[in-house]
Amino acid sequence: MAHAQESHTKRIWLVFIFLCIITTVEVALGLAKPPALYFTQFLGTSLLNWIFIILTLVKAYYIVWAFMHLEGEKKWFRRSIVWTVVFLISYLVTLLLIEGGYLFDTLSPLVKWDY
Amino acid sequence: MEATIAVNSEGKTDWDGGGSRPFGASYGKMMMWFFIMSDALTFSGFLAAYGLTRFKFIDSWPIADQVFNHFPFIHGDHPMLFVALMTFILIFSSVTMVLAVDAGHKMKKAQVTWYMLLTIIGGVIFLGSQAWEWKNFINGTYGAVKTTEGKVLQFVKDGHQIALSDFVVGEYGERTTHTRENGLWFEDEATLPTYSLQQVISSYEHNPSVLIRTEEINPETKEKTILSREAGSRYLLKATKVVEGASLIENEYGKTAFADFFFFITGFHGFHVFSGILINIIVFFNVILGTYEKRGHYNMVEKVGLYWHFVDLVWVFVFTFFYLV
Repeated sequence: MAHAQESHTKRIWLVFIFLCIITTVEVALGLAKPPALYFTQFLGTSLLNWIFIILTLVKAYYIVWAFMHLEGEKKWFRRSIVWTVVFLISYLVTLLLIEGGYLFDTLSPLVKWDY
Repeated sequence: MEATIAVNSEGKTDWDGGGSRPFGASYGKMMMWFFIMSDALTFSGFLAAYGLTRFKFIDSWPIADQVFNHFPFIHGDHPMLFVALMTFILIFSSVTMVLAVDAGHKMKKAQVTWYMLLTIIGGVIFLGSQAWEWKNFINGTYGAVKTTEGKVLQFVKDGHQIALSDFVVGEYGERTTHTRENGLWFEDEATLPTYSLQQVISSYEHNPSVLIRTEEINPETKEKTILSREAGSRYLLKATKVVEGASLIENEYGKTAFADFFFFITGFHGFHVFSGILINIIVFFNVILGTYEKRGHYNMVEKVGLYWHFVDLVWVFVFTFFYLV
């Protein structure tokens, strides 16, 4: 049922270019590792890592909205998918990362690095 | 050739037994979305477990740039470039897929056919690239030494990691690999490394320019710690074996769990790409046969498109958390 959808060709190519630019920026930052970002800690990891994570989420948004065409679905269909997934994943990731940090704090004093 | 084609003959909608279309979505599309949700949770389970393990060993996790640094036909140290290329390939095949869906909405069969074909080719190239990445990872580049505690010691010269073959003198001469053919028929052993531990240690002692790098990350520089010559000799007393390449049991890059997660997550993703290619091929032939033309809509292309974009989406996250962060 193609419910009277007009062509999106132009937008598709724009999104493609946009995704390529973001990926290029990510790779450039990953190769350059600007010290100001790389060595500044913020909320458990470096600023550079936060930039990577945010850029990844921007990419994910454009893939889901434009390519998977979630923007064209009914509002509550969209929400039933996005809210569920976002809630469960943030919950899981938060708990597991806190646990990982705890394991490090507990176990790393027991590891001997100097022979 | 006459194909058997399922067509709604009684004017039924996609939801059987009534004209209801919850959220204005067809049955297949909605179920594909719900499948994608559960699959997304599976992948985030893996990636979150990877995150936990990485945080657990945050002071000694392998640095991705030092592990994945190959580019085809170019020698030397090129981190990130190959995986960036793989990302572009997958994004591009996502674009051709969405163009196929778009052409399907306009009922342009020839366009759908071509875009589906390009999507399949993109998927195959991506899968080939992943196989190449795995090959490099499994074979290893440098080789290292493992200590009694399972820590990995690598060798550097002028601040850059060097391969065992760059400084070790001699061939593995003590004995040959025990196989079923030349020994006990009911036992065999893993392939022997290129060099014996004694050769590695004595070559280190005789070559003052070679230093040892441990897994420990210096928080100031965020680089792996490089030992002095004397400390290196002391560490080598604890060495038990030579490690080359990566398996599920040990790897020359450092933490065993790193290779395990790499194999498991990229393998699971690669399997998704593989099944995506298969489904794409089936849909491709159905497009050629005119199945969807007769059915009156290209919903099937849209559904497989959703799956394909999801595979791309997962790769975006794998790319970030394995190679960038």
